[in-house]
Amino acid sequence: MSGAAIAIEGVDKVFNAGSADEVAALRGIDLAIRPGEFVSLIGPSGCGKSTLLRLIGDLLTPSRGTVTVFGKPAHQARLDQDYGMVFQHAGLFDWRRVAANIELPLELRGWSKADRAERSAQMLDLVQLPDFGRHYPRQLSGGMQQRVSIARALSFEPKLLLMDEPFGALDEMTREHMQLELLRIWRETGTTVVFVTHSISESAFLSNRVVVLSPRPGRIHSVVDVDLGDRDDDTREDPAFFAKATEVREALRAVEAGG
Amino acid sequence: MIPGRALRTVATTLVALALLVGLWEGYKWMGGVTDDTWPGTSIELPTSTDDLTMPHAADIAGELFEEVRDGRNRLPLSVFLLKKAWFTLQEAAIGFTLGLAIGLGLAVLMLRWRVAERGLLPWINVSQTIPLIALAPIIVTWGRTRDLPDLVSISLIATYLTFFPVAVSALRGLQSPDAAHVELMRSYAAPWRTTLFKLRLPAARAYLFPALKIAATLSVVGAIVGEISIGTKTGLGRAILEYAQRYAVSPERLYASVVGAAVLGLAVFGLVALAERLVVTRTQGLTREVGS
Ligand SMILES: Nc1ncnc2c1ncn2[C@@H]1O[C@H](COP(=O)(O)OP(=O)(O)OP(=O)(O)O)[C@@H](O)[C@H]1O
Ligand SMILES: [Mg+2]
Repeated sequence: MSGAAIAIEGVDKVFNAGSADEVAALRGIDLAIRPGEFVSLIGPSGCGKSTLLRLIGDLLTPSRGTVTVFGKPAHQARLDQDYGMVFQHAGLFDWRRVAANIELPLELRGWSKADRAERSAQMLDLVQLPDFGRHYPRQLSGGMQQRVSIARALSFEPKLLLMDEPFGALDEMTREHMQLELLRIWRETGTTVVFVTHSISESAFLSNRVVVLSPRPGRIHSVVDVDLGDRDDDTREDPAFFAKATEVREALRAVEAGG
Repeated sequence: MIPGRALRTVATTLVALALLVGLWEGYKWMGGVTDDTWPGTSIELPTSTDDLTMPHAADIAGELFEEVRDGRNRLPLSVFLLKKAWFTLQEAAIGFTLGLAIGLGLAVLMLRWRVAERGLLPWINVSQTIPLIALAPIIVTWGRTRDLPDLVSISLIATYLTFFPVAVSALRGLQSPDAAHVELMRSYAAPWRTTLFKLRLPAARAYLFPALKIAATLSVVGAIVGEISIGTKTGLGRAILEYAQRYAVSPERLYASVVGAAVLGLAVFGLVALAERLVVTRTQGLTREVGS
């Protein structure tokens, strides 16, 4: 799979192997993701979506098989700071103001103060929190915090964006707005996105491909190709979109039925 | 907001003081009436209430304005104690600073190497079981054979008391960040040092300050005990020792000097609490809720 952004080959993940609380989280995962592709992972709770994402991000190591990112081992890709990550929980630093939180990865990359300030201001506009740079995370609602953490992940234009249910805490309207913003950024930067979600419509709306996982041990049940082209709010009422959402839903039903 | 809060602090302090004096005088009065037994019984009170054992609060306060000799001069006891307290404060401050540095250093060491934690933590705990009375002369003798000024030895005794709460709480604080925060730093490929300075140390502040408040008061205790066991010519410890020997003549004076020591302890406690408010509360956007 040369030329792939991410190549996952024969990956198993077993937690606490050999002890009483052993969990076989993933088995026999093969997946190749092209550069610039937007791929969603969907599946029942506990099926290993977060685990797969963390394997790609080298926060976990596979029990078997290999994860290759931009032609190098995931470990090297992490050291090269190729990743931007958004976790299920915002994970902001309480003692840093919102702007300083966004600037953290830039700080670690040695950006100048002025550049950092400029970028964090841009990012705050992007996530529609222009007036909150000088606030502390605790002064923001959960959804606002999550938007800050998205801004933080996007701030350095990572080559690979790994997102774990980033919009889970947002209300429907903000969520739809953030989806469009994410698509815009994705188009503009050409970044590769792996996106974990629980939402069928979200996965169909955002992705080039939706990977449906079956539970324990997690396997790839099926892959739904989606090609909706340029998307805007009207796309949400488009029959082609409904058709793809239905396809994902049916795959998930098959998974739940043990198919 | 700030003046209101300061006012409230002063008010609570005054009320607490009034309560304390009330308890003291009430107990004393009761003992006077019942001839030092619990009312209606013949069970003796734990302490007798005569003027030698428990001078009147007013007499103790009044003693602070009595003149005492300081070299060639005569000054009020309160001023005299303040001058003495200044020495003690210096020793305590040096001890506190050293204890902070050593405690933090040990905590970082234990964080970095689990082996260090396993190897050091028991010794750090054991160190606190050695009675200060036994340790002080050892430190003093050690210092004198090396021609160190007594100030250094006394500070070291204060250090000995302060490093412990710092080390233990700092280690907890350094280990406090969520797995998600540590993973975030990992995803940035941040080296260990960067994670220490950008994540672990800032996160440790909230754990450290309560311990620093204890350490600050302990540093005063350490300095006073150090002065007493060294037999220095100055400091609050010296004053306490002297007045203890003349207790039979004027018990008020010893009580007054103990009050002086307590005030010094409270003062350093307050200083650290103030620093905490500046460093932790204000930098995390914590707004106090009404009534708390
Ligand atoms: N660190 C860990 N140690 C042990 N088991 C783990 C660990 N992380 C995940 N697991 C197990 O692996 C399985 C998959 O977990 P994972 O978090 O990947 O699920 P998920 O698909 O992301 O679920 P959700 O949709 O609820 O977030 C679960 O059974 C979980 O118990
Ligand atoms: Mg998950």
